[in-house]
Amino acid sequence: MLQIKDLHASVEDKSILKGINLEVKAGEVHAIMGPNGSGKSTLASVIAGKEEYEVEKGEIILEGEDLEELAAEERAHKGIFLSFQYPVEIPGVSVTNFMKTAINETRKAKGLEDMPAKDMLKMIREKSELLEIDRKFLSRSLNEGFSGGEKKRNEIFQMAMLEPKLAILDETDSGLDIDALRIVANGVNKLKSKDNAVVVITHYQRLLDHIVPDFVHVLYNGRIVKSGGKELAHELEEKGYDWIKEEVDA
Amino acid sequence: MDLKEKLVTSFLAFENRVDVDSPVHDIRNEALKTFENTGFPSKKEEAWKYTSLNSVLKHDYSVFPKQENALEYKDIKKYFIHDIDTYKIIFIDGKYSSHLSQVTHDGIDVCLMSSALNKDKYKPVIENYFNKIATKDSLASLNTAFSNEGAYIYIPKNKAVEKPIQIIHFSTGNESAVLLQPRNLIVVEENSHVQIIERHQSLTDNPVLTNSVTEIFANKRAIVDYYKVQNDNQNASLIDHTFVEQKEQTNCFVHTFSFGGKLTRNNLNFYQNGEHMDSTMKGITIIGDKQHVDHNTLVHHIEPNCESHQDYKGIFADSSTGVFNGKVIVEKEAQKTNAFQANNNILLSDKAAINTKPQLEIFADDVKCSHGCTIGQLDESALFYMKQRGIPEKEARALLMFAFSNNVLDSVKIPELKQRITKLIANKLGVNIGFDL
Repeated sequence: MLQIKDLHASVEDKSILKGINLEVKAGEVHAIMGPNGSGKSTLASVIAGKEEYEVEKGEIILEGEDLEELAAEERAHKGIFLSFQYPVEIPGVSVTNFMKTAINETRKAKGLEDMPAKDMLKMIREKSELLEIDRKFLSRSLNEGFSGGEKKRNEIFQMAMLEPKLAILDETDSGLDIDALRIVANGVNKLKSKDNAVVVITHYQRLLDHIVPDFVHVLYNGRIVKSGGKELAHELEEKGYDWIKEEVDA
Repeated sequence: MDLKEKLVTSFLAFENRVDVDSPVHDIRNEALKTFENTGFPSKKEEAWKYTSLNSVLKHDYSVFPKQENALEYKDIKKYFIHDIDTYKIIFIDGKYSSHLSQVTHDGIDVCLMSSALNKDKYKPVIENYFNKIATKDSLASLNTAFSNEGAYIYIPKNKAVEKPIQIIHFSTGNESAVLLQPRNLIVVEENSHVQIIERHQSLTDNPVLTNSVTEIFANKRAIVDYYKVQNDNQNASLIDHTFVEQKEQTNCFVHTFSFGGKLTRNNLNFYQNGEHMDSTMKGITIIGDKQHVDHNTLVHHIEPNCESHQDYKGIFADSSTGVFNGKVIVEKEAQKTNAFQANNNILLSDKAAINTKPQLEIFADDVKCSHGCTIGQLDESALFYMKQRGIPEKEARALLMFAFSNNVLDSVKIPELKQRITKLIANKLGVNIGFDL
C-alpha cells in the first residue's frame, strides 16, 4: 500500500529525514519508535503533505501513485489520515460541521454527491458510540477547551468517520490516561481490516500492548536503524534507546 | 463646476418641489448654510483621516433624477427577503415605487417621508423628532438641506410589529451618475417592537453616491432591531449617518454587514437618555480589491446603569482598507455603566490595511469599560489540519473566516435574513458550502 524509498526531507534548510525506506502492506500494523528528535513526527507530516517540509530526494508511493505533486487535501482524498500529536483548536467550527464538510469535500473530489443528512447522522451516531463520545460533545467547537484525552478520542472519531486506507497515529498515546488509552486503542482495532493499514508512531511501548504491531521500526537521526517484530518494542521498553544509539554511532 | 457648487446652486430648483413655508424648510435652509460653510470633509479632519472622499466626489452626479424609472419585481426579487411576509418601502433612483412597496397606515405608519413632511396629521411627530439628533456636520447637513424623501415609520405604544420592514433603495444607472440622499425617520413608542432591514442596491456599474441620514427614536421599553445589508456594486459608494436615541429600558441593535461597494462610511451614533438600557452594534466586513469600509461609532452614556456592546469583525483581502473608530463617552452621572468594544480583524494580503482606533472618554468612576482590537492572519496550523481532513485550501480558509465572524451573525434574529447573509458571505468567499456551524 505505502512505499517510502530513500526519503530525504528538510525544514528551513535543516535536514531531518536522511534516507527512509519503509513498506507497509494492506492489513498490517507498523510501529515507528525512537528517541525524541529522531524525525518521527516529521515523517508523519511529510507523508501527509505539510508544505513547510521540503522533500529533497526519494519517493512516497501510495497504491502505486507518487504523492509528490499532491496537496495535503488530495492526499487525504486518496485515503491518508494523520492523527495529530497536537490537534489544532478551531473556534467557531463544531465537530459535526467539520466532519460534514470533510466528508462531503472528500466525496466531491471523488465525483460523488453530498452524503444524505440522514446517513450522515446515522454514521455520526455509530462512530461516536464506538469512541464512547457524548453527543453533546459533537456540537462543541473543534478541540476548543477539550482535555488531552478528548482531543485524541476526537482524532480517532474523525478517523472512524473518514475510513482512511492508511492511518498514521502520531503519539496518540501521549496525554491519555489508561481508560482513554483503552477506548482509543479499541477504536483503532475495530477499524482495522485487511484493506487498510495503520502506522503507529510512539515513544513508549504502552500503546503497543493494545494495538499490536506486525512490525516495529526504530527511527534514529533521520534513518530507520532497526526493524523487527513486536518483541523489539519490549526490548526497547526494557533497555531504553541508548544501546541502539551506541550500535549506530559505533 | 464642482459638486459643492452644483449642490448649492441646485437648491433653488429643489425649493420648487417642496413646501418652502414649512418649519422644516427653515431647518433645510440652516443646514444648507452649514454645508456651504464647511464643504465636504477632507483627510485633514481627524474623523476623516483614513477615508478620502476624493475618488467618489469627482463624478458629475445628477442631483435630481430626470425621469421616472420602473423595475419589474422578478428582475430584482433577489435583493428582497422574499420568503417571508414583510412591509416594503422601495425607492427607485430616489423616487418612491408604489408598485414594489407594501406600506401601511393600519395601526402603525410605514410610509413615506415626503407625505409625513407635507400632511398635517404628522406635524406633531415631525416637530418633535425631525433633525433632533442628526449631527450638524457637513454631510449630515447636506442631507438635511435636501431632505424630502425616505422612509417614515411610526409605531405607537404597545405594538409588536409582526413582520419586518424592508427599506430598499435601487438605482437603475439610467443616468450616468447619481447622488441619492434618503432621509429616514423612525419613531418607536413605549413598549413597542420593530425590525427593519435596509439595503442600497445599484443595478449597473454607473457611479452612485448615497448620502443617507436615519434618525431612530426608541421610547421607554421599546425594542428596535435594525439591519444594514451593504453589498452594493463596485462603483456604488455609501455615506451613512444613523442616529439612535434611547429612553429608559430600551434595547436597540444595529447590525451592519459590509461586503460590497467602492467606499462605505458608516457613522453610527447612540445617545442613551435614560437608565437601564442596552445598545448593541455589531458588524461583519468582508472586502477585497480596492474596497474601503469605515465604521465610525459613538456611544454616549449619559445616565447610570446602562450597557453598550460593540463587536466588529473585519476580513480584508487584496488592497482593501478598513477603518474602525469607536468612541465611547461615559458622563460623570453615568455610574455603573458597562461598555464593551471589540474589533477583530484578519488581513489576507500584505497590501490590505486596517486602521483601528478605540477612544474612551470616561468621566464616571464606577464603570466597567473594555476595548480590544486584534489584527491577525489566518492560522496556518489550523489550515493544515483542515486540509489533512480533505477540506481544500479555499474551503478551509472560508470555513475559518466564517467561524471568525460567526458570533456576529448568530445574533441576527430574523432566520431568513441570517440565511441570506450566510449565502452572501459564501459568495464573497467564493465557496459553495453550507456554513451551518
